[in-house]
Amino acid sequence: MRGASRIVPAAAVAALLALSGCSAGTESSEDTTLRIIYQKAGDASPLDTLMQTTKEQFEAANQGVTVELEPVEGTDEDYNTRLALSQRSPDTAPDVFYEDTFRLRSDVDAGYLLKLDEHLAGWDEWENFNAAAKEAGKADDGGTYAVPLGTDTRVIWYNKQVLQDAGIEVPWQPESWDDILEMARTVKEAKPDSVPFSMYAGTGTGEGTVMQSFYELLYGTESGGLYNESEQKWIAGSEGFVDSLAFLKTLYDEELAVTPAEALDPNVWQTVIGTLLPGNKMGGTVEGSYAPSFWQEGGQFEWAEYGEVMGVSPFPTQNGQEPGAVSMSGGWTLAVGAGTGNPDLAFEFLTTAMNQENLLQYTIDNSQIAVRTDIAEDPAYLEANPFVEDVSAVVDVTHYRPATSDYAEISTAVQEATEAVITGGASPEEAAATYDEALVSIVGEENVLEE
Amino acid sequence: MPALILIGIFLAGPILWSFYGSFTNAALTGANAKNPEWIGFENYVNLFTDPLFPQSLLLTVIFVLVSAVIGQNFLGLGLALLMRRAHRVVAAVVGVCVVAAWVLPEIVAAFVAYAFFFRDGTLNQLTGLVGLPGVDWLFEHPMLAIILANIWRGTAFSMMVYQAALGDVPREVTEAAEIDGAGSAQSLVFVTLPMIRRSIATNLMLITLQTLAVFTLIYVMTAGGPTNRSTTLPIMAYEEAFRYSDIGYGTAIAVVLLIIGAAFSLAYIRLLRERKP
Repeated sequence: MRGASRIVPAAAVAALLALSGCSAGTESSEDTTLRIIYQKAGDASPLDTLMQTTKEQFEAANQGVTVELEPVEGTDEDYNTRLALSQRSPDTAPDVFYEDTFRLRSDVDAGYLLKLDEHLAGWDEWENFNAAAKEAGKADDGGTYAVPLGTDTRVIWYNKQVLQDAGIEVPWQPESWDDILEMARTVKEAKPDSVPFSMYAGTGTGEGTVMQSFYELLYGTESGGLYNESEQKWIAGSEGFVDSLAFLKTLYDEELAVTPAEALDPNVWQTVIGTLLPGNKMGGTVEGSYAPSFWQEGGQFEWAEYGEVMGVSPFPTQNGQEPGAVSMSGGWTLAVGAGTGNPDLAFEFLTTAMNQENLLQYTIDNSQIAVRTDIAEDPAYLEANPFVEDVSAVVDVTHYRPATSDYAEISTAVQEATEAVITGGASPEEAAATYDEALVSIVGEENVLEE
Repeated sequence: MPALILIGIFLAGPILWSFYGSFTNAALTGANAKNPEWIGFENYVNLFTDPLFPQSLLLTVIFVLVSAVIGQNFLGLGLALLMRRAHRVVAAVVGVCVVAAWVLPEIVAAFVAYAFFFRDGTLNQLTGLVGLPGVDWLFEHPMLAIILANIWRGTAFSMMVYQAALGDVPREVTEAAEIDGAGSAQSLVFVTLPMIRRSIATNLMLITLQTLAVFTLIYVMTAGGPTNRSTTLPIMAYEEAFRYSDIGYGTAIAVVLLIIGAAFSLAYIRLLRERKP
């Protein structure tokens, strides 16, 4: 009989587990709660402000609907992982979420996103979005799955004070990679304790290493980028790849950049933007068009004089060949979960966040490049910071990442190549060869184009 | 029965799922996230041909042997022996210091260790005071840094196990050995250690399994870098599963880790059995 008395609590536990499973299921299909997942970077987060405002407006307009905001604090990579994990189960999948454009296609393949074409047809403000921005929300089947919040570009940010102290005339406009090295060496000579020109490298800075450094080099070589769009194949054996690595090696070997150990610290960008540039200790670096968002009032590293001290220049192609400059763009969107119980409400929340007024404020706070034409023309946007015009001009020469589902792993292989080169672990040729091998093992021989 | 069911749900369940997952191409994103397919041994074939795998395996074994089996184990035993003879106040102070590292949540301990070994951290400031040049520990000697950190964090556990075990050794036995003319070293090796053999084996098993699974400490201190020089298997599994979204491949690494843990455990259990009179 003792055996029987032990079975009872076990059965109770099992029943309890089954019950809790059931109740979670019924709840989510009946309630009118919208769950929103987004990234919150630091205390002063423009996206967080946008979401809070939208929640207030939306709840006021829709009685009985509760909006549950779920900010995720962490890096872009951490956020993408966290988002993907919650999307795996219908019980935890959000109704509306913040989605990186480069994850979009593979997340559509995974069935996480709701196709928005029908909803967009009934939204009269959709025509205010520019064509390139609309393209960013499209997947392979031609359908639109996300609405872009804004886009960005990458340019050289240089400290006029430091350059002038070294006897370099401003505005400074390099026309080839050699011009950059010449500036850096001149600054090094005049101010040996400064960091003349730094570019990100290594796996520590993650996507920053490729977006704000390596791709500016690679996409400005004769070999072009990572991926051949017309053949739909990844490029191996590229001379431009070796040249780009060699350029980074020169910067680090000649101590023109930060030390390799500093470069591998994931927080090095904070040192660059928060300490080195405002402290007149750095000549220049490659950073996103959003850099002013850190310096302007309310930003993470407030710096009243940044408008006068900093200068902007497009990043030049290797030897100044056409089109003369190169930039990279990414961008974030809002999307609706495929499994949402309330697609209409979810879409309405999205459009509330995206209306002219809300998006204008976000675009200004976050130093984004406008994706709505009625925002691009707004005087408040044009006067938001002194660099809006400069960073918007390079949209003409910008590139986008090949957003396939293998991209994240390939990007890491690129980051590892830069890390091997700056730490002296491999020569540019060796590191490029290692990358080629990694590429073949990631996508398979049949998807690689030997140059 | 209830115990078995609970174990079944909470222990065997995840293990079986790992085994199953390691034979599929399950992913966090992309088409494979929707419809994972059975791909047989492909993950394992890829793993055994991955150049990072042998390196990771070696680093994991080094990490376990040096930080747990040698570091925590011997330091813990040494401290326990010394504290039996030390003055009560000294023993209490030392005990609190050692146990402090152990009671800290892992994430806090990891940040403390990071702040200690960091470029401008405590260690370099101390060596700077006596005029020694600073060493970038996390960059130049990442394995050494995480091994020392794990010894610091885990020694308290071994120390407490051995304190309890030594407390159970009857005084008469050691006294008898001394009367027979054994020195303190001899009485330790021939009398005390054999008597606490079971505690040694249990302790080794526990700290080995614990150290095999160390993730937070390494991830916070070095994140496996630079250039994968401190990427142990748990770090590699995390990167593959969550950074590259390849859940199938990540679980295959987890299964290998499980097998290594089982191998160590079996070795210790044999150790326990063989010398039974």
